[in-house]
Amino acid sequence: MTLSPTDTEFDPREPITVNLGPQHPSTHGVFRLKIQIDGEIVRDAEMIIGYLHRSMEKLAEERTYTQNIPFTDRIDYLAAMSNNLAYCLSVEKLAGVEVPPRAQFIRVLFAELQRIASHAMANGTFINDCGAWHTPLFHMFREREKVLDLFEMTCGARLTTNYMRIGGVAFDLPEGLLPAVRTFLDEMPGHIEDYESMLIGNEILVARARGVGQISAEDAVNASFSGPVLRGSGVPFDLRKADPYCGYENFDFDIPVGRQGDCYDRFLVRMAEVKESIRILNQVVDNIPDGPWLTDVPLHLRPDPGEAYARVESPRGELGFYLVSDGGPAPFRFHCRPPSLINLTALKEMTLGGSLADAIVTLGSLDIVVGEIDR
Amino acid sequence: MIPLAKWYDLRDLSGLSEEITGWIGADWLASLVSGLLGALGVLAVVGPTLLILIWVERKVIARFQQRYGPNRVGPKGLVQPVADALKLVLKEELRPRAADKYLFLLPPVLIFLPALLIWGVVPFGPNMQVADLNVGVLYLLAVSSTGVIAIFIAGWSSNNKYALFGAMRVVAMSISYEVPMVLALLTVVFFTGTMSLNGIVEWQQSEDLFLVLMLPMTAFMFFFSATAELNRTPLDISEAESEIVAGYHTEYSGMRFGLFYAVELLNTLAISAFIATFFLGGWWLWGLDEWVPPWIILLAKTGGVYFIFIWTRGTLPRLRIDQMMHFCWKFLVPVGLVFLVAAAVERTLLLENNWDASIALPVFGIINAGLTVVAVVTWAKLSGTESQKLPSNAIMARGRVGGLRAAQAIRVDELGAEPVAGGGD
Amino acid sequence: MTTWLDPQAVADRLNTACPGSVVGLNAAAAGDAYLELSADHLIEAVTFLRDDAALELNFLSNLTAVDRDGELEVVYHLQSLDLNQIVVCKVSAGGYDDPRVPSLEPIFKGAHLQEREIYDLFGISFEGHSDLRRMFLWEGFPGYPLRKSFLQMPGNLTAGLPGFSHESGGNDWPVPGTVDERPIHPNQASRNIPVPGDPPRVLGSSSEGQA
Repeated sequence: MTLSPTDTEFDPREPITVNLGPQHPSTHGVFRLKIQIDGEIVRDAEMIIGYLHRSMEKLAEERTYTQNIPFTDRIDYLAAMSNNLAYCLSVEKLAGVEVPPRAQFIRVLFAELQRIASHAMANGTFINDCGAWHTPLFHMFREREKVLDLFEMTCGARLTTNYMRIGGVAFDLPEGLLPAVRTFLDEMPGHIEDYESMLIGNEILVARARGVGQISAEDAVNASFSGPVLRGSGVPFDLRKADPYCGYENFDFDIPVGRQGDCYDRFLVRMAEVKESIRILNQVVDNIPDGPWLTDVPLHLRPDPGEAYARVESPRGELGFYLVSDGGPAPFRFHCRPPSLINLTALKEMTLGGSLADAIVTLGSLDIVVGEIDR
Repeated sequence: MIPLAKWYDLRDLSGLSEEITGWIGADWLASLVSGLLGALGVLAVVGPTLLILIWVERKVIARFQQRYGPNRVGPKGLVQPVADALKLVLKEELRPRAADKYLFLLPPVLIFLPALLIWGVVPFGPNMQVADLNVGVLYLLAVSSTGVIAIFIAGWSSNNKYALFGAMRVVAMSISYEVPMVLALLTVVFFTGTMSLNGIVEWQQSEDLFLVLMLPMTAFMFFFSATAELNRTPLDISEAESEIVAGYHTEYSGMRFGLFYAVELLNTLAISAFIATFFLGGWWLWGLDEWVPPWIILLAKTGGVYFIFIWTRGTLPRLRIDQMMHFCWKFLVPVGLVFLVAAAVERTLLLENNWDASIALPVFGIINAGLTVVAVVTWAKLSGTESQKLPSNAIMARGRVGGLRAAQAIRVDELGAEPVAGGGD
Repeated sequence: MTTWLDPQAVADRLNTACPGSVVGLNAAAAGDAYLELSADHLIEAVTFLRDDAALELNFLSNLTAVDRDGELEVVYHLQSLDLNQIVVCKVSAGGYDDPRVPSLEPIFKGAHLQEREIYDLFGISFEGHSDLRRMFLWEGFPGYPLRKSFLQMPGNLTAGLPGFSHESGGNDWPVPGTVDERPIHPNQASRNIPVPGDPPRVLGSSSEGQA
């Protein structure tokens, strides 16, 4: 409905369709949301995706298992290490490859560092959506920059790391890395205290995010939510505890859950998860063993025909890779189970009845990455 | 000590007007000349201050965000505002084809008028105003209200849903927040007994105190309502970049957008000057204004208040429109009325009983501070939904892992919920 | 650790409750164990799996499809969060002409978007889905990309795997050592392009620190 002067059929009771279009300063990537608004109340919300569809699943069928690892970087580009890890675990399950202990510790190290970086970004952009003009975002990016510097020290890349390999990791840790990680871990609790004092209990943030985008635990389980979204609704399910991989059963950490499944709870869960990650990292850095970092695996790995589904707890939820092999060097079927896409299932229910501002805040709290949604 | 020679003082403007009257014999010419000189003087001060304050805002906000601000263009980035202005002038000015043909061109110009007109009553010194109106406060409120029309025309004529959204929000918010603004200023007027801005400063001079010490809640009310009028965070819902792109000025580009931006800053500067005048003593600073030019004192105070505006902008998240309205109508207006009555009562008592002002005023100050505390505490207890009063921390699962039954177990153990029959893990 | 349930045990429970729902199973090594359900009794079976007290598979972990050279099948990973167990169920959807499967959306809301994705990329219709439309590709896109019959990269290019040819018509993986050697362009001669017949190179060996 446009408001051109020639429009004589204008009915003021009709809801307006507003297009939070693919280009927008706030939607996290090329994601389109068509909202029907009556005043400020959302009456209908429809999401249109596919702007970043790169046919990754089809392309992966043409490349060897190792050649697909850089692909996985780009599925969820804000948590590349987690993607690499999930894929490598899946191939290792399919091919029956053992991973040496040092490589497992290194994988946990980088997965947790990636979690800190990703949650820093998620929470920063969430508060940005709530309206604080980038101040908490830049503060949290300071931490993220330190983590990305650690990644660059190790594998040369900040974002699309391509570090995990089938059977271990690509390179050994460089000499200065563990001291740098220790320095980072010593400073982090102080910074987190700063964020907590500024943000937790901040009245405006509470007013903006409490009660907004609520979803109950039953609805969350039915809608296959996972990650901080599920834990924000009170369901204490974390794959690192329930289905441990890479030696997570040896580490001592806890799972934060929320109270009522609204945006503020998810924010709190992410902040608490960063603290738990620091706890895990301290244990990793203290106990990392020496040894090989990669099992000898043929360059053109040909797993026996079969299938495997392995999943990790990525910062966004349950990231799984379902691989089917028919004996050839490339996967017969490569499927990524995207947590961001499935976390969007109930977006309409969560935003209906709220205001437009609340819809933006809800979208921000779900922490979606469009690369993962569209693949 | 010999006081400084008053080479800066425009007081001899009156002398100048007498000379002109004597020379040509036309009264109207004298007022015209003095008016023009005053206006030019104000512009000469305000213009460069605006440029510098753009730089200050960007640098200060950057420092809040743990980064440097502009530091490439010129030494320490001082030429950045000039570069921005030049860029805006050279940009192509788009006009959407479906936008209203003439109304679209009007708002940038229309919004500039009130921004300039309110500078006419700012007292830069004891006799340094463009116009020493004895209804200065009324003039200020009336003229600053007219800016809303320009914003609404901008939103409507853009033929863009986002712009219309922004314009609607601005209209609703601006006219709502004018009520607490008026109440705050009326309280000040009641307390000081004069509507003239210079008179208010002189009252503060004669009583030897800043009005903010006597009327803290009123100062806050005025500051907060001004934030709403200026569309600044935490009340910048009308240009909430993350929601409606840029609100009412989405479709404007080039210098037309530059004018909107400049007017926002000009308004902020003007309101800072007004807060400095009403509540912080204006050009008076316990005798320092004999030594230092009073307009420098006023500008320093204005800068301080501007820094507080930047501080709140850099730090606080945004309020939703219904929360803003809620706050305005359910808190600021009733509290404003209470303080209005309190101010009236106090002043009447002071005048009719001829009490000694140096004892009565501190007592009134303490009473007003007590009222402020009562108001804030009552609001804190009464406002907020149930869910907003929940504790702000995540619950740790402490070893429980699972699905709905584990969630139920956590609810029972940690939150004291009633166990459901057959629940528990 | 999440228990990957033995399909035989699940099939026995399922057959007592909904006879005829299980049409096959594979109790092989852990990764491959699956339960094949019939499309007619699918809704009934999955509802039983969700509500049964011993199984409690109330979380749909993953819903995807595989094109086994003309035979489309839909794969479900059903998980129980409380009992920490998971089972793989498959349903055969038929051939390329009009493959159909009942939709799980009434039971699991999480199936909504994943089924739309499968409809978009494989063409399998889900009966009972509330809003079955293409999701990533636009309406009118010719064909269903993830089917094996869909065109490969233009010009029959491959990703540089010599011997990975499509001349044989599709998906016969060539046996190493039986494929004609492709001539290597002089510019590429310095690259270590593996040729069938070379001894296999391994990753992570001491001579090469990088893959």
